[in-house]
Amino acid sequence: MTENLEPVAGDKKLPLRATLAASVSRTAAALSRATGRGDGSVIGGKLGMMIDPDLLAHLAAGRQIALVSGTNGKTTTTRFTAAALGVLGEVATNSFGANMPTGHTSALARAGSTPFAVLEVDEHWLPKVINATSPLVVALLNLSRDQLDRAREVAMMAQLWRDTFEQHPEIHLVANADDPMVVYAAGKATDVTWFSAGQRWREDAHVCPACNSHIERQGDDWRCQNGDLVRPRPQWTIDGSAVIDPTGKRHELKLQLPGQVNVGNSATALAVAYFFGVDPTEGAPKLADVASVAGRYAQVERKGRQIRLLLAKNPASWLEAFDMAQDAPTLLAINARDPDGYDTSWLFDVDFSPLRGRQVLITGERAYDLAVRLQVNGVEFAHVTTFAKAIDSAPPGRLEVIANYSAFQDIRAELDRVV
Amino acid sequence: MSSSALQIVWVYPDLLSTYGDRGNMLILAHRARSRGIPADTHEVFLNEALPAGDIYLLGGGEDGAQALAAQRLLADRGLHRAVDRRAVVFAVCAGYQLMGSSFFAKGAKCEGLGLLDLYSDRGPHRAVGEVGGEVDPKLGLPTLTGFENHGGRTHLGRGVRPLASVKVGIGNDGKTEGAWNGTVLGTYCHGPALSRNPALADLLLRWATGEDNLPALDETWHNRLRNERLTFTGMA
Repeated sequence: MTENLEPVAGDKKLPLRATLAASVSRTAAALSRATGRGDGSVIGGKLGMMIDPDLLAHLAAGRQIALVSGTNGKTTTTRFTAAALGVLGEVATNSFGANMPTGHTSALARAGSTPFAVLEVDEHWLPKVINATSPLVVALLNLSRDQLDRAREVAMMAQLWRDTFEQHPEIHLVANADDPMVVYAAGKATDVTWFSAGQRWREDAHVCPACNSHIERQGDDWRCQNGDLVRPRPQWTIDGSAVIDPTGKRHELKLQLPGQVNVGNSATALAVAYFFGVDPTEGAPKLADVASVAGRYAQVERKGRQIRLLLAKNPASWLEAFDMAQDAPTLLAINARDPDGYDTSWLFDVDFSPLRGRQVLITGERAYDLAVRLQVNGVEFAHVTTFAKAIDSAPPGRLEVIANYSAFQDIRAELDRVV
Repeated sequence: MSSSALQIVWVYPDLLSTYGDRGNMLILAHRARSRGIPADTHEVFLNEALPAGDIYLLGGGEDGAQALAAQRLLADRGLHRAVDRRAVVFAVCAGYQLMGSSFFAKGAKCEGLGLLDLYSDRGPHRAVGEVGGEVDPKLGLPTLTGFENHGGRTHLGRGVRPLASVKVGIGNDGKTEGAWNGTVLGTYCHGPALSRNPALADLLLRWATGEDNLPALDETWHNRLRNERLTFTGMA
C-alpha cells in the first residue's frame, strides 16, 4: 500500500501548519503500518496534533459529521453508519476503534477530502470532540458500568453529556429510548430521533438520575415514579431481524454479524444515515457487507476448529455475547490490564448460566477470578494455560471464543500469526 | 427467624451495587448450600421495607445513591433492629462508610446509621487498586486481599476494632483497613470481597448460624485466586 504524502485536495484550504501536520500524520501512520508496530490509527494523529493542536478542527471543517458514542456497540454502529452513508458519497471513519482525538485526527488525515465522516467517540471525550468537529448528528447508544477503576461512574457520565447537549442545541441527536441514562443525557433537547433496540442489561438504570425515584418498568416501557423521566416514543424500532422505519416500513436485514444487538445497531445506523438523506431501502443492504469489525465476529479455521471471536468488555456486552454465541464448546479469556481495567469485580455482575451444559474452557491472566465466579454460578469448566491448548482441548467443529479487550487482542494476534 | 433457612438480605441492589456486589450474596448462599444449610436470598429495593434476616449485605455505590440509601435506612430502622438482635451485617465500600456516624457525599457531610463507631471524610486522593493486610488476630482469618476504589478516609472510634492492618493500598487511612464490632463488619475491599476471602465468608456464616465448625469445602479455585493475588501484591 502506498501512502499519498502530498497534501490531498481537501487539504488545500487548510492553514499551512495544518497542512504540514496532516502530512506528518499520514507519514507516521504509514510508517507504523509498514513497520508492523500498529495499524497507524493513533500515532499519526499524535504527531500531527503536536504540530497543530487544532488539527482535528481543521480536518473536520467542511465535512458533514456524525459522532457515535456510548458504552457498547460504538465500533460496530460506526461501521454500519459509514456503510449506509456510503450511499451518498465518500465517508471518512475511524474503523479500527481508535476513538479518542488522536484516532479521529489520523482517520480524517488519512481519508483526505471527503464530504462525510462518521467517528466513534469514547464517552469521556465526547464534549471535546463535539467542540472540535461541530457534528450534525450525535448518536447516543447506551450507558452502563464499564471499568469503574478508571471510567466515570454512570450517573456522572450521563450528567456530563446532558451538560454538553444543553450547550449545543444545534446538534441533532439519535438516541436510545430504552436506556433511561441516555434519555436523561439527551436532556431537554427537542431535536431527537429516538430508537428502540432493546436493552438486556438494566442494572444501571434502577434509579432516576433526575429525581432519585425508582424507575418502574412494564415490558419495554419505563417511567420514574415522579414522572420526571418517561420513555420517549421511539420512531425507529426492531422486530426480529428487521428494522422498522418512522413510516412503519419494514427493512429485512441480511446481516453477517450475529445477535439481536446488531439488529439494534443497524436501526441506529439507518436512523443516523436517514438524517443525512439516505433512504433506508438503499442503506439496509449495505449493512450486509460488514463481515467483521476490527476482528470482532471474525471466523477463523484452525486444526479443524471453526473459531469465532466475540469481544465482551463489561456486564452488558457479556449478555449480548451469550445471545450471539451458539450452543458449542466455548473458551472464555479474561485479562485485567490497563485497557481492561485492573478490577475483575464485574465478573459477578455477569450471569454465566447460559453456558451450563456446554464444554467451557477458561484462560487468561485472571482466569482464577473467573474460575471462582463459574464455580459459584454452577458452570463446569476446565482451565487451560494457553490459547493453543484450548484449541487442542476442544473437539473439531465450532469453538466460540469470548474474551475481554486485551485477551481478545492477544488471541487475535496469535491467530494472525498462524492463519 | 421467619424460616428455618438462612435468610440473606441484599440491601438496595438498585442503589448499592456498583461492581459485582451481588457476588457476596451468591458466595454466601453457595457456601451455605454446599454444606447442606438451606439459604434464601432476598434483594430488597429502596422502595421496600427491610425484612427480618440473618445476614445483611450492603455494597458500593455512587455518592448520590449512598446518601439516598442512608436516608432510607435511617427512616426504615430495619437494619438498626437487625443489629440489636445480633444479625450479621457485612458492608463494603460506600455501604461500609454509611455504617458510621457520618460520611461525605457530593461534598456534603451526611448522617450515617451509627451502627459502627467510626466516621468518614474525604482523602487527599482517590484510593484505587489492590488492598490487603493481616487480619485482626481475634478473628483468626488468613491475609485479607481485595480491590478498593474510594475517595473517603475512615476514622475508627474506640467501639470498633480494625479488620486488618494495611500492607498494600490505603484502606481506612493507609494504616488500618475496615472495622468490626460484634457481628457487624465493614471493609473497603469492594464488590465480591468474599471471592478472594472465603474464610471471611465462613466467619459470617458461623456468626449467623452459631455453628462453630462448618464442614470444609473444596477451596481449589479460591486458593489459586488468593495465591495469585497475594503473590502479585507481594503479600504471599
